[in-house]
Amino acid sequence: MHNQTFRQRVFLYLLVAPAFIVLFGVVIYPFFYNIVLSLSNMNLRHIRDWRIVGFDQYIKVFTEPSQPDFYVVFLKTVIWTAVNLFFHVLLGVFLALVLNQKEIRGKAIFRAILVLPWAVPQLIVALTWRGMFNYEYGSINLMLTQWLGLPGVQWLRQPITAFIAVIITNVWLGFPFMMVIALGALQSIPHDLYEAADIDGASWYHKLRHITIPLIQPVMVPAITLGTIWTFNNLNIVWLVSNAGEPSDQTHLMVSFVYKAAFNFYRYGYGAALSMVIFFILLAFSLTFMKKSHATQNVYS
Amino acid sequence: MVRGKNTTSLRIAASYLVLGIFSLVALYPVWQIFNISLRPSDRLLSTSLEFLPAHASLRNYVALFTERPFFLWLLNSTFIAVTVTATGVVLASTCGYAFSRYSFIGKKFGLLSLLVTQMFPATMLLLPMYIMLVQLHLINSYLGIVIMYSATALPFCIWQMKGYYDTIPTSLEEAGMIDGCSQLQTFTRIILPLAAPALVITALFSFMAAWTEYVVAAQILQDTEMWTLPLGLKSFESNMGSEWGLYGAASVIVTIPVVVLFLSLSRWLVSGLTLGSVKG
Repeated sequence: MHNQTFRQRVFLYLLVAPAFIVLFGVVIYPFFYNIVLSLSNMNLRHIRDWRIVGFDQYIKVFTEPSQPDFYVVFLKTVIWTAVNLFFHVLLGVFLALVLNQKEIRGKAIFRAILVLPWAVPQLIVALTWRGMFNYEYGSINLMLTQWLGLPGVQWLRQPITAFIAVIITNVWLGFPFMMVIALGALQSIPHDLYEAADIDGASWYHKLRHITIPLIQPVMVPAITLGTIWTFNNLNIVWLVSNAGEPSDQTHLMVSFVYKAAFNFYRYGYGAALSMVIFFILLAFSLTFMKKSHATQNVYS
Repeated sequence: MVRGKNTTSLRIAASYLVLGIFSLVALYPVWQIFNISLRPSDRLLSTSLEFLPAHASLRNYVALFTERPFFLWLLNSTFIAVTVTATGVVLASTCGYAFSRYSFIGKKFGLLSLLVTQMFPATMLLLPMYIMLVQLHLINSYLGIVIMYSATALPFCIWQMKGYYDTIPTSLEEAGMIDGCSQLQTFTRIILPLAAPALVITALFSFMAAWTEYVVAAQILQDTEMWTLPLGLKSFESNMGSEWGLYGAASVIVTIPVVVLFLSLSRWLVSGLTLGSVKG
């Protein structure tokens, strides 16, 4: 709509103003305040008398020997994100393909059941899985010992198995999102494409490779980008399943590491700097990924 | 052809097997919560995998309401979630409409900024907001938590609404204008009803975010009487063993409304999400 009249302008401002005022107060102002904090020495001992100290906190993030080590936490976060996204997309697309076959009966029921992990609140997912990973009474170990005759695993008391437990929990709750997106994308593919392929005698692999994947890709790429960001930033699952990083702070991702620094150790300046580092990592990732997959067309159009 | 028929039925059988297995995987933890909630207090820590606990009882549910401030937490959570949902729907539906229909300075920048906020780690806004709330004496207040929740949900909701409005042809508004509707009338009477699926998704996301959030609430709401359901839940879980049954019962009560909402709206979920967030 071009050639806006005065009345249109007023209407426009009335539409945008409320949201903008709220966003300014609760997103934009805090964002800049966070930058200021990250350049300051604010912590438990300097709450009122804090001052700007430059890039000291950023230097600390990268060089201070911390327990756990910053680079180990970073590597773990990358592994966590990659493994989760791999399984989310693989299972999500696979189940969507299975569910989308025309011969399957009871689609609505299967879909409702398979969406459940997404519907259950993350807090409850995390705490329930934490209970299921309990050494003596958790059902995972009970199944291992009673049904398979295997020895139980001390899931939550060793760093590596605790990390695996957190990943299993998050894979469980994350695949339905990708499944729902993939189902939506699959339903928009015209049937005659497959019929034409059948006439040409194409195998299922060829149909998958040359029709299905290229046609669901434009929908999946933004969903994967968003999924990556959400997974990288997911504090709930790691914090609650590992009970704030147990055993002895060795089960941290970057988000839980910074949450602990800020709210358990009151290192506000350091926490703010680490938040900025995480933010720039994600920004760099999203820009590269979206550029490579040409998905930014959506944003700019 | 006979061979073709065989492979088809084999494929269908395999498909049902796959769907069956994954349905069990999806259902098991959910059923586990029910199982815990029905356990009598002497069998909380049981080592059996039976389908229903022996001597199942509803005692935990009764205890929640008679021995714990659970009803109060329920009221608190309902109040907060409804306020956040109303704020989110009103602000996102109007702002999203402006982003979709009008051109103005800073529009592109505004839209990109909304996307960028999704990359903020939880602490990025939580930490400065927390310090600000302390300075404004809004810690331990509902206003503080409503502000925090609206802030985190709003950017995604605006983006989602904008994407959905984009799929509604502008000719509808032009027709409305010709019929003598004002701009406000075309928006509220023609466009908003058509955008119902996106509004529903926006409401659902805002409600779920507020109803189930724990990490922010743990920093802001400190008195037991101010607590929301997730804080109460976590306090039961911390005493695993003695209060594990209360945890189960509380989880069932918290989960049911969300799951019912989610499943009854799942019809809209596919169209709302793919159209809204993807066609951007």
